[in-house]
Amino acid sequence: MTGAELLTAVLLGAGAFVALTSALGVLRMPDFFSRIHPAGENESLGQTLIIAGLIVAAGPGGTALKLLLVWGFLMMTAPAATHALTRAAWQDGRRPWSRDDDGPAPPTPPRAGGAST
Amino acid sequence: MTDRWIVELLLAVVVVTAVGVVRARNLLVASVLLGIYSLVMALIWTAMEAYDVALTEAAVGAGISTLLLIGALIRTGSRIGGSKERDAPRIDKVALAVAVLTGAALAYGTLDMPAIGDPTAPVHVHPKVARHYIDRSMEETHVPNMVTVVLASYRGYDTMFETCVVFTAALGVMVLLRRRRPPAEPAPGEMREQAIFVVMTRMTVPFVLAYGSYVITHGELGPGGGFQGGVILAAGYLIYALVYGLAAAQRALPPRLTDVGAGLGVLIYAGVGVACLLLGGDFLAYDALNQADPAKGQQLGMTLVELGVGLTVACVMVTIFNEVAQP
Amino acid sequence: MMFVAAGVALVVAMMLFLARALLGPTVYDRILAMNSLGTKTVLLLALLVFIHDRPEFVDIALVYALVNFVATLALLKLVEHGRLS
Repeated sequence: MTGAELLTAVLLGAGAFVALTSALGVLRMPDFFSRIHPAGENESLGQTLIIAGLIVAAGPGGTALKLLLVWGFLMMTAPAATHALTRAAWQDGRRPWSRDDDGPAPPTPPRAGGAST
Repeated sequence: MTDRWIVELLLAVVVVTAVGVVRARNLLVASVLLGIYSLVMALIWTAMEAYDVALTEAAVGAGISTLLLIGALIRTGSRIGGSKERDAPRIDKVALAVAVLTGAALAYGTLDMPAIGDPTAPVHVHPKVARHYIDRSMEETHVPNMVTVVLASYRGYDTMFETCVVFTAALGVMVLLRRRRPPAEPAPGEMREQAIFVVMTRMTVPFVLAYGSYVITHGELGPGGGFQGGVILAAGYLIYALVYGLAAAQRALPPRLTDVGAGLGVLIYAGVGVACLLLGGDFLAYDALNQADPAKGQQLGMTLVELGVGLTVACVMVTIFNEVAQP
Repeated sequence: MMFVAAGVALVVAMMLFLARALLGPTVYDRILAMNSLGTKTVLLLALLVFIHDRPEFVDIALVYALVNFVATLALLKLVEHGRLS
């Protein structure tokens, strides 16, 4: 196994680990707002590791450039999507769950009217 | 086949998603799940090495069809509860029995089909169809992507009428849904006033448009072509319209232009066919475009019809979005 | 081989996300899961073209990344504002 292959294997392994743990987190966290955290891990760190591994495997050239574009695009769109999603949930009246609350479900106060930033 | 495992796991995911779509009571939830269904299908096509199909599924199934479903929800006035959902499926036993029986009959029908990728399957050995494409397409057109050659040249009629079907869809939407009044300006506090979206749009939209043009024009070398490239071009417009609002997007690209463009694409396609006729060949037989070197004529013809397809598809997608986006 | 192993890990992760998408309970959880699934799909598409040793088809992952975002954006706009315009 050459050095490049070893590096690819390490990066892909780390990426797969992040993907699995973040998926587990999204499945197991108690409410929507806490699930954003593991999902964000997957969309930033997980994808960076896997794409880095593939870029090492591809070597310099057009494929590496395209993979870099994929990475850049995901890095730009994922935070925007998470921001919009969280904002939409907040404006819909969802609030983060906390241990003081009774029961497992997050409380839903009345809908916050108007636009807030 | 080392990736057999991946295909089978993905097929399991598809089945689970399909059941989820049927069980969902909220149409918005069903739309989200259908989006997931389609993304898994794109993966399966890639895992089976059907790259052109995968690219189409990625371009159309994943983004645009979800968008059209949402548009349909808006225009039919379906109640879209943000957080309220009802999950109480009623199962009609007769309908379930009919569905299961039909599914069983279809599954039984597949038993007689040749195995996936079987090189001796009848469809792969027909001397005048598959064998001809495989043996002669490089020699006749000098184009490495055989799928593009089959779609744009050997079966040019099919593709032309498919483009007409897409155009007809836009006509139908225009006749049924078009409103006279211009779209309302977005209220303050919407996406166009949030820095993250503005920055993201400015950085991605030019790239998306450039990449769409690239996919339209390089279909003969890699996967893709007019159809996929047109959808990507439309995606650039959609990002802009979603972030800056429909009114701003229609100022940037007036609907009058896209109306003309949708028809012009079909006209370019048919016009290439007529040009072939006038130069002494058959309709859409691109050899006639360059008498000295028929392969060059083929390449020119394919590039032109792909441009036509791309123009029509992009304009039709934009038109449909324009008409369904307003409640 | 390592590509296949990473691919299987990604599919398993996708199944967990799918479970979240099916369980909900709110539409936001489902969109979050769909978005994460979309990212996973892009990565798996990239991995698959490497598994088949056809890296020139990495375009599919790129197209997917571009178009999937439009769907997410539209869904978010719909749940926040109830319209797309």
